[in-house]
Amino acid sequence: MSRESPTRSFPGERGGFDTVADSSLTRSERVRRLLDLWLAAPLRVVWNDARARIGATLLFGFLLMGFVGPQVIAEPSIGQAPQLLGPFHGGIIGGSWYTLTSVDLFGVSVPWLGLEWLLGTDSTGRGILEQVVHATPRMFTMIATAGLFVTALGTSVGALAGYSGGRVDQVLSTVIDIVMTLPGLPLLLILVALLEPKSPVVLGLVLSLQAWAGMARAIRSQVLTIRSTSYVEAAQAMGLSTPTIVAKEVVPNIMPFVMINMVNAMRGVIFASVGLYFLGLLPFSEVVNWGVMLQLAYSNGGMLTLDAAHWLLVPMLAIVLLSMALILFAQGMDRVFNPRVRARHANTTGGSDDDTEPTEPKTRAVSTEGNL
Amino acid sequence: MNGYFVKRTLQAVFTTFVVVSLSFGLVRLMPGNPADQLRGQLIRNNPSLSQQEINRRVANYINVDLSAPLHEQYIDYVLGILQGDLGQSISQNAPVTEVLGEALPWTVFAFSIAILLMFVVGISLGSIMAYWEGSRFDVGSTGLGIVLNSTPNYVTGLLFLYVFGFILGWFPTSGHISSEVVPIVNPLKPVATFQFVADAVYHASLLIGAVVITGFGGVALAMRGNSIQVLGEDYLRVARLRGLSDTRIALRYVARNAILPMYTGLLLAFGGVIGGSAILEQVFTYPGLGYYIVAAVEARDYPLMMGGFILITLAVVVGAFIADLTYGLVDPRVSTGGDSA
Repeated sequence: MSRESPTRSFPGERGGFDTVADSSLTRSERVRRLLDLWLAAPLRVVWNDARARIGATLLFGFLLMGFVGPQVIAEPSIGQAPQLLGPFHGGIIGGSWYTLTSVDLFGVSVPWLGLEWLLGTDSTGRGILEQVVHATPRMFTMIATAGLFVTALGTSVGALAGYSGGRVDQVLSTVIDIVMTLPGLPLLLILVALLEPKSPVVLGLVLSLQAWAGMARAIRSQVLTIRSTSYVEAAQAMGLSTPTIVAKEVVPNIMPFVMINMVNAMRGVIFASVGLYFLGLLPFSEVVNWGVMLQLAYSNGGMLTLDAAHWLLVPMLAIVLLSMALILFAQGMDRVFNPRVRARHANTTGGSDDDTEPTEPKTRAVSTEGNL
Repeated sequence: MNGYFVKRTLQAVFTTFVVVSLSFGLVRLMPGNPADQLRGQLIRNNPSLSQQEINRRVANYINVDLSAPLHEQYIDYVLGILQGDLGQSISQNAPVTEVLGEALPWTVFAFSIAILLMFVVGISLGSIMAYWEGSRFDVGSTGLGIVLNSTPNYVTGLLFLYVFGFILGWFPTSGHISSEVVPIVNPLKPVATFQFVADAVYHASLLIGAVVITGFGGVALAMRGNSIQVLGEDYLRVARLRGLSDTRIALRYVARNAILPMYTGLLLAFGGVIGGSAILEQVFTYPGLGYYIVAAVEARDYPLMMGGFILITLAVVVGAFIADLTYGLVDPRVSTGGDSA
């Protein structure tokens, strides 16, 4: 109806096409659609995908372990238990690793399960579960710092470089190249040897110091590809401002890359910190970390006997599960952000139906033909 | 294109310059920097030496003459590196270039095989997964890929070493060749050369296995993502409408466009993996570049540490340089995008 109506008559809105369509809607209808678009549909997409469900559940478990765990489970200390107990000692059923007790809850006595060294102990009598749990909060601080830092710097630099082109791109690309060129671990080894960082925030920053460049480069090349697409050219021809085009056309397309790169950076920090603790290059005297556990298990003959296998395997499992949770979660988010995948998995109501219909037959045709 | 070539070359030179300056900054200007630490070490170990003698030894070890003004120290340091002089290793008691020169071929050998295998397996698996998106095969391999990709290679390395090295005894647990094998590469002596190469591969196989197992999942997932994106493009529909054969579409349209973004990744992976080799080489006691860098950090052998850093960094600069020069050739989209700006 209103192709002629000038965009400027909606000063609060930053978009081009969609502001026109929204003009006929009431306020509540608009809110409902926004909620549907930004909340209901993503949740539906996540819930429809088994991997994202697993990832979210695992991540929730780790968050629980990090925030509630240290309050519930005793702090590990040397000699708190017999040395080198196996996991579930005495057998899974009828063993001595659990005791039936009762606790007083608001004046009522309820039966309770008391755990004693559920996953066994190490050679100095520290509980394995206790160490794993108490290492989690530090790990979270570290990867959260790294994730924030990398995402903020990586996306802004990458998008700016790819979008503005010319001299800005040249300067930024040079900076990106140089930062990327610095080899990860050797630089970390040197920095760690010189700085000996103890605070998890500092450690997170140091370990992700150059991960942002990888993200910036990926984003830049994506933006370069997107910039030459017809819809961006159309938006440019309409005279939309650069920030508007970036926000409306470019960002949704690069979101999957942002998520994946952020998770990769976090994974890198987990691997690097555990690796450096494993090598014994970080100051670890009063720090609980999965890498420290690995290092102690490795250097105390855990490789040669089966008695200490749990000491080696439990921290390994923690590392693998946490990074798996992050990757699965990022993949779920990928489905939320990627318009092509999203269109197939969740039909949203109202306005976005228009987007859904043309996409659906196209992608389906592709996937069936691909099977031939 | 020529302009781009020149520009990129200048950029590579500039990068090298920045890297060398950075390493000088690390050596000289950081709190607790190697130069001061080394000086402290020398004074502690030989309290009778004169100030001048100490300075002379520091200069010998890391090319930094502490008595000269800072800018002269810097120029001397850069000139020294340009002449291939990386100083003298304290713990190995040999020139750094010699120590690293012996270690480098082993790292390059093992990790080149590993990375190539990793990419071949990952790309093939990823494209099949993309074509069968949503199938049981896709879900299964994605799950497997995620689990493997979530495992640091040193963890897999430790498990391999534990199972195949110590328990089953199938593979050697340390070193890069057996002591009785003569290292020889000579086309005139094919049998001896073959024996040597086979033995080297045998010794590196657990390490290669650990890299491939933990790496191919990531490559496959990236390839899958790229391919799915390409499969949704309009030009693919057009290609089908033109009646092009499936093989041609799969190879020329999907595979080419999906692999291109990973091309830079391949060359950079060499730098990244070799840089990250330190922990893995430590696990397998494989005397490569990373092994010596970790050993240097443990022994606070600053010359060797900085030398390893500079060597790896320059290798990656060259890798990135080649990647960028050739990327414009293989992917026309980038060069046109750059020109129209």
